[in-house]
Amino acid sequence: MLIKLFLIVFILFVVYRVISRFYRREITVKELITWLVFWLLVGVAVVLPQTTDLLAAQVGVSRGADLLVYISVLALFYLVFRILVRLERLEHQITKITRHVALDQENKKAIKPALSGVEGQENKLE
Amino acid sequence: MKIFVVVPAWNEESRLGNSLDQLKNQYQNVVVVDDGSVDNTTQVAAGRGLVVLNHLINRGQGAALQTGDEYALKNGADIIIHFDADGQHQVAEIARLIEPIVEGRADIVFGSRFLGNSRVPWTKKWLILKPAILFNWLFTGVKLSDAHNGLRALSAKAARLINITHDEMAHASEILAQVRKNRLRYQEVPVDIIYHRYGQGFGAGWKILKDLILKKILK
Repeated sequence: MLIKLFLIVFILFVVYRVISRFYRREITVKELITWLVFWLLVGVAVVLPQTTDLLAAQVGVSRGADLLVYISVLALFYLVFRILVRLERLEHQITKITRHVALDQENKKAIKPALSGVEGQENKLE
Repeated sequence: MKIFVVVPAWNEESRLGNSLDQLKNQYQNVVVVDDGSVDNTTQVAAGRGLVVLNHLINRGQGAALQTGDEYALKNGADIIIHFDADGQHQVAEIARLIEPIVEGRADIVFGSRFLGNSRVPWTKKWLILKPAILFNWLFTGVKLSDAHNGLRALSAKAARLINITHDEMAHASEILAQVRKNRLRYQEVPVDIIYHRYGQGFGAGWKILKDLILKKILK
């Protein structure tokens, strides 16, 4: 089946990328192992789809493919939630920085005339 | 009593001038928070010799008010007024607004359109404001005759206790929730709001709801 071939090539490509990133020290040993195990499992599911049926039967789902879809949807929901939390935090941090800069600038403006008065010359900072 | 008037402004160059002139005549400390405007809002305010706090990027009215509050507190404010720059709010109302605080009867005072003679467009009154008032009452426990008209006065104590984290328009409900939480004494005084334009419509109401609920879930 052509789809299997495509998926296997894709998995090999991803595994190659993971390993090369490990050699460039962009990921840790732990991350390397996690990803390799994950993609190995995906590989097994692609080459021997029956194995997923076995697992599905264990949890009471009729087909392995269905189980995969269920798990994917759950994972996506969780991911979206995580991203929303992240986004909220980022927004909050951006506001804090913006506020800090605004107050800081004003603070400097307030000090500047006083300083230039002491030195008796125009302050050239602007 | 040191009174600070905090004016959040976002692209308000054409409407800002008139309000600022009047404010400047009566109040020494007027702080304009330019919330990332792309027009000449800052120049309009700075040209009148007022303090301008610049948000580098637009963060929303709630964020701008919090910035103004922090500036005012740092500079020894006793009372902080939240005042909209677009000509809706009347400078003359401020005196009445701060009275309960000056006399020590309240920590925070809200302006109310429905106690005064404001001519609120009827669709806005019944489809937006009344549900919003009910919502605020149910969810914050603070019962007011109006919601979100933006004109309010805070004592330094109230400003210190209230920390606005909703950057956008949901801050108005957030303030009520914090009034409740901190057991602040609140009052309403009638104010006249002049409608040059409709202001926030129904969509904005939904957005506020969404913001409030989302934040509740995510926290």
